Formats: sequence, C-alpha cells, structure tokens
Amino acid sequence: MQILEVKGVNKRFGGLQALNDVNLSVSEGSVHAIIGPNGAGKSTLLNCFIGRLNPDSGSVTFDGKSLLGMKPHEINQVGVSRVFQTPEIFVDLTVLENVMIPALAHRDGAFKLNPFKRMRQETAIRAKAIDVLEDIGLEDKIDMTASSMSRGDKRRLEMAMGLVQDPKLLLLDEPTAGMSRADTNNTIDVLKHIGDSRGITMVIIEHDMHVVFSLADKISVLAQGTVIVEDVPGNIKGNPKVQEAYLGTTN
Amino acid sequence: MNNSKYSDSALLLFFIIMVVAGPFLLAPFGGSYPDLLQKFAIFGIFAIGFNILFGLTGYLSFGHAVFLGVGSYGAVWMFKLLSYNVLPALVVAVVVAGFFSVVIGYISLRRSGIYFSILTLAFAQMMFNVAYSVATPITNGETGLQIYNDDPQWLQGADSPLTTNLFGLKMNEVFWRPEFLGFEAQFNVGYYFCAFFLIIAFYLALRITRSPFGMMLRAIKTNQNRLNFTGVSTRPYMLAAFVISGMYAGLAGGLWACMDPLAGAERMQWTASGEVVLMTILGGAGTMLGPVLGAGFIKYFEAIFSKINDQVLHSWFAFMPDGMENVMVAIVHPFVGKGWHLTLGLLFMMIVIFLPGGLIGGLTSLGRVLTGRGRKSKG
Repeated sequence: MQILEVKGVNKRFGGLQALNDVNLSVSEGSVHAIIGPNGAGKSTLLNCFIGRLNPDSGSVTFDGKSLLGMKPHEINQVGVSRVFQTPEIFVDLTVLENVMIPALAHRDGAFKLNPFKRMRQETAIRAKAIDVLEDIGLEDKIDMTASSMSRGDKRRLEMAMGLVQDPKLLLLDEPTAGMSRADTNNTIDVLKHIGDSRGITMVIIEHDMHVVFSLADKISVLAQGTVIVEDVPGNIKGNPKVQEAYLGTTN
Repeated sequence: MNNSKYSDSALLLFFIIMVVAGPFLLAPFGGSYPDLLQKFAIFGIFAIGFNILFGLTGYLSFGHAVFLGVGSYGAVWMFKLLSYNVLPALVVAVVVAGFFSVVIGYISLRRSGIYFSILTLAFAQMMFNVAYSVATPITNGETGLQIYNDDPQWLQGADSPLTTNLFGLKMNEVFWRPEFLGFEAQFNVGYYFCAFFLIIAFYLALRITRSPFGMMLRAIKTNQNRLNFTGVSTRPYMLAAFVISGMYAGLAGGLWACMDPLAGAERMQWTASGEVVLMTILGGAGTMLGPVLGAGFIKYFEAIFSKINDQVLHSWFAFMPDGMENVMVAIVHPFVGKGWHLTLGLLFMMIVIFLPGGLIGGLTSLGRVLTGRGRKSKG
C-alpha cells in the first residue's frame, strides 16, 4: 500500500522553478531515500510534506488525507513525525523530558488542559520514553540537560523524539550531516535497527551515498527540481542519468 | 525527573511555616503590622501567578496590573451592591479578571516575544485610561471607587459590621499583640485571610509546574516552534497560562479591596505592571519561592525606605561632626523617602548583574558554597 503519494508538485520561487512536476510514492513499511546534488530541491520537497511550504500546484496525500494546508501540529497528529537537519530539541529540559513531551502529544492530542495531573504519575509515558531511549542508546543520559549533549547525541535524541510517537511516517532530513564516520555508521545501525524492529516507514533526505545505499529500499534521485530516476539501490549507481546529475555529462 | 515528591512536600511545609509565622519573623525588622503583612501576601499571590506565565513560558506581559485592577473594582462593586462580606467580592474579582484576561490574552497572544510584550503594554495603558476617565460611572474616575452611605448593600444585615468581614469576622481586627525579641508582633485577621489564599495559590502553582501541562509550558519557553512540529497546538496552552495568571492577579486585586475597600485606576498603571516583573525577576523567575520572596523584598523596602525622612537621616549621622553630617544627609537623601525607587533601581541592577538567578539563585549558590556540595535548587 502506498502511504505517501506526491503527484505533480510544482513550486516556484521568483524565477527559480524549485520543484517541477515531482511525483513520488512511498510504500508502507519501506525506507525511501531522496537523493540529489545540492540545490536539487530536496529540502523544498520535504517542507511541502510538513506544512512549511505550500506547493503552487499538485497534491501531497498521506494515508488518504491531503497534507496541504494543514498546520504543523495537525500534520504531526495524523502520524508524520520529522527529524530536523539541525537538531531542534528542548535544550533547557532533560533528555527524558525531551522524549516524554512528544509521547504526551501523541497520547493527549494537540491540547489537553490537565494542570493538576502529576507528571510523576505518568509512568506509562515514562516507561515508553525510556524504552525508546534504550533502543537508541541514550539510556544512561536520561537525566542530562539536553543542551550539554554532544552534537551526535542531540541528533539521536531527535530520532527518539520522533520514534516515541509511533509515527506512521518518519521524515529524516540529512540524519548524518556533519557527523564523523563513526557516528554516521552508528546512526545507520540505529536506523536499521528501528526499521527492522518497529517497521516504521521512513523517508530519508540525504546526500551521503554510503548512508543511502546501506538503508534504502528504494531511491528517488532529484535533480533540478525533477525526479529523474526512481529505483531500487542496486540499479541506481550504474544509471547514466544519475551519473550525469552528479558528475556532469560523461561524453 | 528525579523523585520530586518529598522535596515538594518539604517545600510546601516550609512555605506554610514561613507564612503562618510571618508576624513573628518580621517583628525584629519592624515589618509586623497588618498593612505591610497583607501587602506581602497579596503581592505574593500576584507574583506567583505572574510567574506561571513569565517563569514557565517566558512570555513577558507588561499588562498584568490590569487584571489586579479589574479584580479590585469587581470586589468593591460587590461591597457596594451586596454587603461587606468578602466572599462574593473575591469570587467576582477572580471571574472578572478571568474574563478580561481571555480577551486581552486572545489578542496579545497572536504575537510572541517583544511584540507580545508591547501589545500587553498597550492594553494596560488603554485600560488605565478607560478606568481613569472613560468609564467614570463604573470606576469613579480619579477619585477611585469607594463605598458611600447611600450605596444599596442589599444583603447587608442590620447588625453586621460596617467594615469588610468574613461572616462577622472583621478583616482589620488585630487579635493578638505579643512581644517578640523586644518588638511588638501584630496578628491580624486580614493577614491570615490573605495568607490562606497565598498558601493555596502556592500549592496550585506547584501542582501546575509539576503537571504535564506545566511541562508543555516549559517546552514553549525553550523551543515553541519545535513543540508545534511535535504535534502540540501551542496557542491554547499559552492562553490557558495567561488566563490562569490573570485570575491570580484578580484574586490579589480582590484581596487588596477586601483589606481596604477602595479601588483606584493607579493600580492598573503600567508602572504597577512593571513592578510585578521586577518582583519576579528579583526573586528568581521560574522558581517556586522566588516570586514571593521578590514581592516581599520590594514591598518591605518600599515600606521602610519611603518612611525615612531627613530627620531620621540626621539622627543616623548625628555622631559625625556637623559639616560631615550635613554632607552625608545630602548624599543619602535622594535615595530614601520619595526617592526610594532610586534605591530599588540600584538593587535591581546589582541583583540582575551579580545574581542572574535572582535572590533564590543567590541563596542556592550560597547554600552550595556553605555545605560544600552540589545541593539541589530549592525551587
């Protein structure tokens, strides 16, 4: 079943056609990577999924519902969680609190007035958060203030914040950007583990080929605002169109 | 998320003891008289409520005195129409303040940061002018709203007291005047009435801070944008926090009118809104005890410094030779009496620069130094 369907999306910024008739479909339970050289329109496309940008034309349908025109919190509430390129976390709060907040939002919806409920009685939410933190390898840092973590740990914390919501779709924007080789490999392992154990559908935007080929079930190559190829990883590397997009013309 | 159960109970118990023993504790400092003690409790409530908005969410309102003011007006109207009983007055004060904070909050919260502050400031100034001149039939303009002999007072019993009371228990009554360390301590009904509400206000604020709701408010302060992408609609959370803090202010305003059945427009001037900001920051924004401490600190210094006149100053420096004495009096003169705000300003600057965590932050670091270990913060 296709959980995310993007049809004929166009987006123009002044004289620049950032997205040109983009079509994309992501099947449930798969890991779908979107790759492409700088300026290909990857981030623009992602922003169209999450309500930051509205495309000029076309449709973005998730699980039978159109995402266009929805507010960011509404998109999250239908089951799309996002991991940002630069870590967006609650820096003044502890690691555990950072993960409990999305868990509460998932359970209670967009707004719940419960000023007299005790946080310490939220044992189910706490257990769930700790469970995810264990999965992602941060269980010994739960009482740490988020701002004092290393950059790599912050990114892993963000993944935990997305995962704890049991999303139907997890959007990852360059999950390994700026990471050392060791951290990158570690992140790949974590994502593989999540994909296998939780069966979450993931869309990964990435330009690190190593990451993409280790994880993705399917790859869409974006160049100059258009999807030039959509195929399984094995067929991507040898594809002349892809080589052209990345390395320039070969003849 | 350490186990906060015991430390919170200890904090509450400590708070209750301090409040109940207030008249004794302040006697040696010359602060044990009803008017000042009542102000401590009233402004303590005001600051606790303000801290729910400012301390938790980081949204700085410059218009909270409006809610205190309308609370006072509401309460005095109840005295005029019904009777001198304080209960209906308090209920109406809180309800009226709640109504105003829904309207002002709904509009002001369309913006954040400095624009939010400016909007609340604009509302405060508008409401002040409305109370001062436009709505004179309701507010009695610059004279202030007070109770006259020909007011209806439909429920006023024939033999009930002609002063604010709780079913006959007069608010201005001093029921015990013991000597404490050579100073007189005055135990007053009104203070304990206010103290009762102060303790409840403190307890509720503690519960709110430790709730999932309170956690969302703290997350708003840290990264509101991220919270939206986490599936939380932050606007209703903000409005709820704004209205709760507005109702705290209304309760404070109502209690003020119960202690002294008057209401004037100057209560809602922007300087009054600024004062509660000072109290909260001075004591330590975001901490539990800080705002109350800050409120007490400012009200105490207001009472003490504003009473010092040149005569007192001359008696202080009488030991000096005449010329010296006059020079010293001339130097200190601008900082006391009517100029006590100058002293307050200097104190405020010193605390903000040297104790960024406010008085509570300072006390916590002091405790850490004295005990030589990393003790947990009190609030």
